[in-house]
This record gives sequence, C-alpha cells and structure tokens, in this order.
Amino acid sequence: MTVRRGIGLETEFGIIDADDPRANPIVLSTEVVDTYGGRGSAAGGAGAIRWDYHGEDPLNDARGYRLDRASAHPSQLTDDPDTPAPPGDATELQSIRRPSDEELALPRASNAVLTNGARLYVDHAHPEYSSPEVSNPREAILWDRAGDMIAVEAMDLLKDSGRNLVIYKNNVDGKGATYGSHENYLMDRDVEFSDIVRYLTPFFVTRPILCGTGRLGLGQQSQKPGFQISQRADYVENDVGLETTFNRPIINTRDEPHSEADLYRRLHVINGDANQFDVSNLLKVGTTSLVLWLLESGRLPLSLDSAMMFEPVRASWEVSHDPTLTRKVDMQDGSQRTAIEIQQIYLDSILEALGDDDVDFDTREILDIWQETLDMLSTDLFAASGRVEWIAKYQMLDSLRQRTGGSWDNDKLRAFDLQWHDLRPERSIVNRLDQAGRVERVFHPEQVMWATRNAPESTRAYLRGGLIRRFAENVMAAGWDGITLDVPGYDSLVRIPLMHPERATRKLVGDMLEQAESVEDFLVRLTSA
Amino acid sequence: MSEQEFLQPRRRTEEQSQELPQAAATTQDFNVDDLLDDIDSILEENASSFVQGFVQKGGQ
Repeated sequence: MTVRRGIGLETEFGIIDADDPRANPIVLSTEVVDTYGGRGSAAGGAGAIRWDYHGEDPLNDARGYRLDRASAHPSQLTDDPDTPAPPGDATELQSIRRPSDEELALPRASNAVLTNGARLYVDHAHPEYSSPEVSNPREAILWDRAGDMIAVEAMDLLKDSGRNLVIYKNNVDGKGATYGSHENYLMDRDVEFSDIVRYLTPFFVTRPILCGTGRLGLGQQSQKPGFQISQRADYVENDVGLETTFNRPIINTRDEPHSEADLYRRLHVINGDANQFDVSNLLKVGTTSLVLWLLESGRLPLSLDSAMMFEPVRASWEVSHDPTLTRKVDMQDGSQRTAIEIQQIYLDSILEALGDDDVDFDTREILDIWQETLDMLSTDLFAASGRVEWIAKYQMLDSLRQRTGGSWDNDKLRAFDLQWHDLRPERSIVNRLDQAGRVERVFHPEQVMWATRNAPESTRAYLRGGLIRRFAENVMAAGWDGITLDVPGYDSLVRIPLMHPERATRKLVGDMLEQAESVEDFLVRLTSA
Repeated sequence: MSEQEFLQPRRRTEEQSQELPQAAATTQDFNVDDLLDDIDSILEENASSFVQGFVQKGGQ
C-alpha cells in the first residue's frame, strides 16, 4: 500500500483590480498570465510558452460516451485554443507542420508553461495555476504552494507597471459565483467507475472536516448568516456528472487522461477547497490517494458498506453547515453517523486491508496525521487550529464577531473571510498567523521558492520544465502529453509525445538534458538512448 | 400543544440559528485577541465597499 501515485493540483484564483472593482476579470486574468509569461522568473525567458492542445478531450465521459460538441454547454469546451473557456514513448518523435505566419499571428488564449513544469493560463475569467505532475502527496502540496508564490511574483511585476491587481486563493465571492481547486489522481484503468462512484461519494462528502477552508454565510448567495466548514459544499447539486460549471457533482466523470488511456484513468475531483494550510492540503490529497489505493487493491472490506449515505448531496450541505461536527447523517443501512465516524470507517478499512504489510514513510505519515486529526476533532477541536484551516478561520472569526457586536451578519467578518485568501504577503491573514507560529508547515519558504523554478524529478514534468529552462527559445508549445520543438534548420517542427507520466524523469533524461549543447543535440541523444 | 401552537407553520431545522463551537478561553494556549490586534492593522479599512466590490465570475 502506498500514497504514491501521479497527482496534479489546479487552482482557479479570484482576481480584482484594487483600483477598479468593475474591471473585466478576463482582461485582468490575461494581464496576470501575459505579464508573468513575459517576465516571470520561471517563464523561461523567451516569451510565454504556448499550450500544446493535442490530446485535450473534455467532453469524454467516464461512463462510456462522448458528449456531442453541439450539446455541450460552452463552458465545457475547454479544448479550443481560439476560444478561451471557459509515442507511445518519448523516443517516437512526431513531425508537425510548421504553422504559417498568419496562423502564428492569430489571437490565442493567454498561456505560459513554466520551468517547473506548471501551466499558468486563463480559465473561465480566472487566472489558473496547474501544478506539474508529481508522484506523492507531499510533492503535490509543495508544487501547489509554488503556484501561490508565482501569483505573488505576478502581482509584484504588475505593481511595477502601476497595476494594483490582487489575487485570491479561494473558491467563492460570497454572491453566488464559485470557482474550483481541482485535484487529479492517476489511477488504474481496471477499477470499475461504478465502484469509484459508490466508495468515493461518502468520503468526499465528509472530507471537508479535515481540509475545508471555512466560509462565512450559508447558502449559495451566503444569504443565511453563520459559518460553514467548506467553501464549495453549497454548490454541490448532483451526485455524478460531467459538468463542472453548473449542476456540479460530487463525482466528476470527465475522462481525459492526457496519457495512455488503456492504462490510466485521471480522476478529476472538483469539490475541494483552495488550501493555504500545508497539513489540510496534505490530508486532502493523502487521504484521497489512500482511498484510491483501497479501490485498486481489490481488498475492499465489507465494513466499508456501512459508510453509504442515504442522500449524499443533502449530506454535503449538512456536514458543511455543522462546525460542531455532531450532526448525524442518514445512512443507507438505516443508521445515523457523524462525519468523523464516517471518515474513521474509511481509515479503519484501509488499515484492515493493509494488514501487516510494511508502508513507506509518506504513507505512514498520512495514516498517522489522519488518525491524530480525527482524534483532535472528536476531543478538542481547537487543538487542530494549526493544521485544519476552517478551524483556524473559525477561531479568528468568532473572536472578531465578539469584538464587533456579536452578529455573524457583519461586513467586517465578510471582509476578514475574503482577506484570509488574499495572497499578498503584507495583507495575507494566513501569513500573519504563519509569522506568529500558528500554522503547521510541511515546507519552508525556501523549498517553495525552489519549486517555483524547478520541476519534480519523478514525472514527465521534469522533461517539460527542463526543456523550457534550457531551450525556451526552441520550445514552440508544451502540454501535458507532449512537447513541440522548433529545431533550427528543420523543415518541420518536432513533437516529443509523453504519454506516460512516470517516464521522461530526471533518472531517464536528466543527464542528456544537462549535457546537450543544443536542442538538436538533445534530440539526437534522446533518440539514440 | 394548544390549537394556536398547532396551527403555526412547522419551522424546518434549517431555519433555526446555527449551533456553533464555543472556544473556551482555557483551551487556548495563545491569545487570539493579541493576534487579532495585530491583524487589525492590515484589515481593509472600508469593509463594506471591499466586500461589495469583490465579485467574481463562476469558474469550474
């Protein structure tokens, strides 16, 4: 058993112009991406690297059909480069026709692929950071935090030009709009999708108790005063579905693996909150990875059936609206259980399936922190305020409420709730807590800074980031599953397909990448390896 | 129950005010108030206009 697998996190940021609240967010997002792509320290130095759209298939549904393009809502068409929305082996190179000057001059969606292998782009009126592929939960949160630091650098670069844009790492505007922090997990294609739906649903409904970031106000328009655990819970409206921008499901059926489809499924998870707390983020990703392992192992214990809920969508709201964690959810077997109890069922099932097997350090860490945190939630909620983000936020908001007259219906509290997610170091409330030693950190800032510039070594992100770092001027386009190079003197462009996320690692290509004297030299080394 | 009470519309659980955790002062090993004092200096001065101006488009 292991928590290790291919993982990637993507965050849609909130954005405002501090000098003009009515500025167009698509324009603002474009400014952020274009500015960083042109001058950012991880941008490569040769102008923003285009996205390689080969392999995008957002309308493919895991339940075995493909949504007709004409039937799709426009927000589902994320694969068309002209309309922002919303090789088998590395050695089998492809020849790509050079685009004409007219084609190159066509307006295209803002995008930048970075030296750490990440993608920074505009998605549905938000700047979005898509982390490079990593191979364990710890790396996932490190490269996720790198995105926050990149956002800060973008804001600084814009400030130099007199632009006061502010980026927020959150998921709601308090007025009805929501935007996502998505997780992606590579898993065995053999696992039946119906099992994924059945066994992940109660897990996702209750997971926010560990990692929700907290939210003032209940209801999609925050119409009812109060506090809830999860930013995203009120926007869950469906149990299973393809949509991500309306009628949001607990389980998203998008089937777009960006890799060999026979081998891999990329599970796309849309209901997490945008975490700034390391341990919340680590638990979010690590516990999920363990549940996926359980599904892949074929060792599902019968005890897991006791976690099945009667009405999961309703339970999502109920769990989120109860920060006391005492609310009991109606279960299929007629019983009632709290969210803590349901999470414990998952942890116990995993331990039961594990038996006496050894586990690696990363896995042991997740198992231990998971149990520790559940124990804290049961016995002393505020003991977890350094690791569970909603508890820390609740603690501060409750004190602020007592200072300001006692009501939850107060703009000062709303402003605090938003500012919690302001990424500017001098304004960030999380940063203040951090400085005061109130946030349990897994990584320190120097490590995060390193991850803004350097790619993970254990996945194909290594080659993507490395080619941009060494030969940015020769990278025509880069995507998840391939990189297109412009080799001087060649008639055609050369595309390196990267259909296996666990290949093209530092181990496999690191030496040739560092020793190559030109991009052509690199290709020669690659194909003769 | 009197007839008067019986004829009142049943209040659904959701409409009752929320039960929320109470932070006992003794369980806190640090002073939240001191931290709030510190944070107060960086809070937006005009909370209402800031909150009103924070509008986003729906995303994924």
